[in-house]
Amino acid sequence: MSAIDHSPAAIADAPAAPILLGPWALMWRKFKRHRIAYASLWLVGFIYVLALFGNFFAPQAHDETNRRGIFVPPQAIQFIHRAEDGSARLQLHVDALRMKVDQATMRRSYEAREGEIIPLGFFVKGHPYQLLGFIKADRHFFGPKNPDDVAYFLGSDRLGRDILSRIIIGTQISMSIGLVGVAVSLVIGVSLGGISGYYGGWIDNVIQRVIEFLRSIPTIPLWMGLAAAIPLGWPPLRTYFIVTLIVSMIGWTSLAREVRGKFLSLRNEDFITAARLDGLSDWEVIRKHMVPSFSSHIIASLTLAVPLMILAETSLSFLGIGLQPPIVSWGTLLKEAQNVRTIIEAPWLLIAPGTMIVIAVLALNFLGDGLRDAADPHAQ
Amino acid sequence: MLQFLIRRIAYMIPTVFLVSVVTFAIIQLPPGDYLDTLAAELADAGGLDEGTRQALADQYGLGQPIWVQYLKWMRGILFHWDFGISFEKNVPVNDLIWDRLGWTFAISILTLLFIWMTALPIGIYSAVKKYSVGDYVATFFGFIGLAVPNFLLALVMMYVAFKYFGQSVGGLVSPEYIDQPWTWDKVVDLLKHIWMPIVVVGTSGAAALIRIMRANLLDELYRPYVVTARAKGMSEFQLLMRYPVRVALNPFVSTIGWILPTLVSGEIIVAVVMNLPTTGPLLLRALLVQDMYLAGSLILIVSLLTVLGTLISDLLLAWIDPRIRYQ
Repeated sequence: MSAIDHSPAAIADAPAAPILLGPWALMWRKFKRHRIAYASLWLVGFIYVLALFGNFFAPQAHDETNRRGIFVPPQAIQFIHRAEDGSARLQLHVDALRMKVDQATMRRSYEAREGEIIPLGFFVKGHPYQLLGFIKADRHFFGPKNPDDVAYFLGSDRLGRDILSRIIIGTQISMSIGLVGVAVSLVIGVSLGGISGYYGGWIDNVIQRVIEFLRSIPTIPLWMGLAAAIPLGWPPLRTYFIVTLIVSMIGWTSLAREVRGKFLSLRNEDFITAARLDGLSDWEVIRKHMVPSFSSHIIASLTLAVPLMILAETSLSFLGIGLQPPIVSWGTLLKEAQNVRTIIEAPWLLIAPGTMIVIAVLALNFLGDGLRDAADPHAQ
Repeated sequence: MLQFLIRRIAYMIPTVFLVSVVTFAIIQLPPGDYLDTLAAELADAGGLDEGTRQALADQYGLGQPIWVQYLKWMRGILFHWDFGISFEKNVPVNDLIWDRLGWTFAISILTLLFIWMTALPIGIYSAVKKYSVGDYVATFFGFIGLAVPNFLLALVMMYVAFKYFGQSVGGLVSPEYIDQPWTWDKVVDLLKHIWMPIVVVGTSGAAALIRIMRANLLDELYRPYVVTARAKGMSEFQLLMRYPVRVALNPFVSTIGWILPTLVSGEIIVAVVMNLPTTGPLLLRALLVQDMYLAGSLILIVSLLTVLGTLISDLLLAWIDPRIRYQ
């Protein structure tokens, strides 16, 4: 209210009609003021773009093995190249590496070859792929200029596969499981929560007991039991959907509770009574009047549910009972770093995918928090 | 209070029933049954003789309708305290699980205490010194704690402990103490190891509770009754502890209900990473080799004990806060 100035001078100067903003525009305005949440929105958007065009951003084929590049540490990108004659020029590159095996300890180490570099560039030709699954392409955003060279920006794993490319491809599975899982819990949560809140009575009681039951048992052992029953021989796509379903079993309970609470409080509002007196059917009242008044809350809770699902998938795949290789997700990547010995030898196997998970989950959490604050008309 | 107690326990009965049904469903999920697995395993050793096969089929009701099998399993548990046989190790499930369950719940409860001990003072501090450097640090660690999955934190801590402190990691005691009788040295050694899973499992819960405590206390701090007490000249610390903190504590207690299941979950996954002698590794192994009676019994007991823990916390809450009893 304070935005409107009632002093006579202001009225004289003001344009005839004040600009009226709709609820969504108001929310957007409030959301933009929440700087961390706004930055997170961009970050989350960027991660999904990365997932969508994964093959384009991945410098190497994610499943290409290389016997001469096992456990290569992350290679630093260098800018200035000094030629033999001492002249320096600007050229993005990494050192060309030579593998050395210590015969006594059987440990590998890598050293730079004198005078040899792997030049890097943008929009370079590389391995062929299908953009978005149907457009044939072989250009990559960034990578070695010569398609036969390999550069490991985040190191390589025990088969010489490029960790960066695997993380980018893994983004597709890990981030989409969050979305698909949330879509499933949206459907279950809103319908059960809606029924529970709108009709009340015994059906409300039953649904509430089921929710209490699901929340009172520890999830990990239950998921483990369900996920372990997935036959190993199943096609990856089916495994993916079953894992998503199992993971979304958590999401819907909190959503259903929220929807129920909203229904309960809205049911007695005057405008709902008025709509009902006007002869609208139950379904019309719900669809036209109730859902629009709490959809912003739903969006916020959904955003907050996505990171939970990502973490759940990661945990299951890490234990080896969720998604299985050759499916690449952040969880299956971390499975490679399961024991301390591997981590000591190749810490980047843990650090790189781990950082990615933390960044994605943090960004989604901040985004959800910001949306929730923006959706709440009573918050400052 | 008695009425509340009876009602609350009555609510538990359908939950317990549902838990047992779900667990039994999990036991039934993998294709084939116990006898097929056993027969396949014993095929090298001359196979399963018909008499044993018949006796086992009878005992577990195999080949009969599902609900008969369920009732036989339940009857074994309820009347004979018999959870079935682990067919990987060929011993009764009873012999394998109780030690490990004990450790799982010991660690979970210690973690709960750890969470309380850290979240309470930090939450109060960040509410009282709102927007101070300390508050921002607490908020930052709170968000990190929520975003880092348990197993990842476990891996990072093991790496750091090994690389920079040279500590042997994994297990609850050093290798030389395993299977030794309890001595003072072993207890000291246990304490050196057990803090790590506790911190790892507790971090995300503590992070969440700090946020809750901070929000609760901020709601109370500027209420008129606080101002009144201050105007009467009460010292700031006494004032804080005696009124707003006590009010803010109530929702804090009620969170045990949902925190206990997440702690047990977290303990199980962290135990797998750190190779602790608790339920986690045993359950994972049992599921991977489809040792279903062992896996099912573990899931059943872990869930039931968690439900029981939640019940106890609810009763405690009702005892502390009379408003809940009369809802």
